Amino acid sequence: MEADQSEGTKLPITAPAVDPDLLHELVDHLRKSQEALREEWVRRITEAKLLSVMTPDEIFSEVTAVYDNYVTALETGSIETLQEYARDLSERIIPRGVETDEVLGIVLLLRDVLARSLFVNYQRDPDLLHRILDSYEPAANSIAVTVGVSFVDQRERIIREQQEAIRELSTPVLQVRERLLILPIIGVLDAARARQLTEQLLAAIRDNRARVVVIDVTGVATIDLTVANHLVQAVEASRLMGASAILTGLSSGIAQTLVDLGVDLGTMQTVGDLQGGLEEAERMLGTSVPGVDETSWRSFQ
Amino acid sequence: MPDDVRVRIGADEDLVSARAQARALADQLGFSRTDATLIATAISEIARNIVVHVGQGEIVLRAMEDDRRRGLAVIAEDAGPGIRDVQEALRDGYAGRAGLGLGLPGARRLMDEFDIDSEVGRGTTVTMTKWRIRDELELLRERRRSG
Amino acid sequence: MSVAILHQGEYVIASIQSDLSDREVVALRDDLTRRVGDHRARGLIVDVAAMDVIDSFVARALRSIAETALMRGAETVIVGIQPDVAIAMVQFRLNLEPLRAALDLDDAVRTLDRLVKRGPPDAR
Repeated sequence: MEADQSEGTKLPITAPAVDPDLLHELVDHLRKSQEALREEWVRRITEAKLLSVMTPDEIFSEVTAVYDNYVTALETGSIETLQEYARDLSERIIPRGVETDEVLGIVLLLRDVLARSLFVNYQRDPDLLHRILDSYEPAANSIAVTVGVSFVDQRERIIREQQEAIRELSTPVLQVRERLLILPIIGVLDAARARQLTEQLLAAIRDNRARVVVIDVTGVATIDLTVANHLVQAVEASRLMGASAILTGLSSGIAQTLVDLGVDLGTMQTVGDLQGGLEEAERMLGTSVPGVDETSWRSFQ
Repeated sequence: MPDDVRVRIGADEDLVSARAQARALADQLGFSRTDATLIATAISEIARNIVVHVGQGEIVLRAMEDDRRRGLAVIAEDAGPGIRDVQEALRDGYAGRAGLGLGLPGARRLMDEFDIDSEVGRGTTVTMTKWRIRDELELLRERRRSG
Repeated sequence: MSVAILHQGEYVIASIQSDLSDREVVALRDDLTRRVGDHRARGLIVDVAAMDVIDSFVARALRSIAETALMRGAETVIVGIQPDVAIAMVQFRLNLEPLRAALDLDDAVRTLDRLVKRGPPDAR
């Protein structure tokens, strides 16, 4: 069975049809010799310096489980259990730093250990040995591919999840009402994050046809010259897209320091807190103060 | 890694071509749309210098790579009069010939690495590079593909 | 056709359709300046949505268009600057100061309407 090199990983779900009697025979043999064979396998793993991040006890318990699953997979031709196990194993060992080559390495070592055992056991009858290997080889290779691919898939799944989580944690741009966006910035604002936030903000301006954006920096850890420049750039870029920006959450002390440092806050609107910023934004959008219309209506009644 | 892209710069229209080819290579190397635009804008400035101040030259777009990053290097070469005072030319507000300036400080701000090698009477070579980090997923996929 | 120009009431609207060479930028500048004068336009809208690079030359041309238009009594609004282009312009420190920007044609017209109403004393 050839290892699949394509982008979309196709799993060989079941091993090709083999002689059931022979398969039964070799599975029997593998079960009977399981202790000796497991020991041989662990010896080879240690010799090859694989799974170095795991303790001997851990290796032993994983090895026992894999062996059992392996033999069952050979027996039933159903790889599902093995896949399930491989996924499970990956989830546990990837965070510990086990690499793909290690996982494939140990599975291939097991394949070798079992093959040798079959040689030894059936060497007196070359014809039978030949037929046993005909049954064993495709099944064993299919298992190796399955485990390897499961591992890689699992690894990629974890990475993708992490990427999504990071993206989600990034501050979202919120549409408060028509034409008005709020971008609350929380945490550290380095160059990479500033770029990402600016891109998100500008895309939101375009998609929401926003005319005013309120950028609240109350939650920004440190506001120094570099951070201030990032903010100024975000404001100027917003302006080029036809939106006015109001910066809120800057204490007057910080604002003064920035001005002293030469940061051009002049053309930028800065208002004390978020509430004040939103009120200013509403004014800029030309809407009346909420509640006034209600009062007029009621008095008209 | 893609081959070098050489763009002859001799006329107005070559700027359009240089911008387009830079963007195409940037896309191929997986740069974000914004970074591709930064690169194309920087090239526009440098290429214009060649057309306006020298007449002709060549720009080479080169794909770069190390184990963590991908990069796009721009090497703009001309055999023109050279820049007498490079530091001066890199200053914001430098007016240059006909008050057009050389767009150098701006181009430098757009790129990650920027170098000018110029000698009066010999010519000028501007080398500028933009990098991007290759993420884990990309590295893994490539490792898998190559063996 | 690199630029589509139409007249809507007192406004001139120029839509740039593709990346322009420097020569075409200069030609556009001269053409728009002439039209604003010929049609006594009160407003000029330049749509740059199709430009995927706005460098110092284009910025200079746009400023020049706006300044000349203003001398002839017209306000200018630029529309359609793409997010990545906006970021590049700001990082480059391209100054578009006297120019106004709007997101799209609707907003541009609204902006011009506001400006024109508040316009020079003889507008009344």
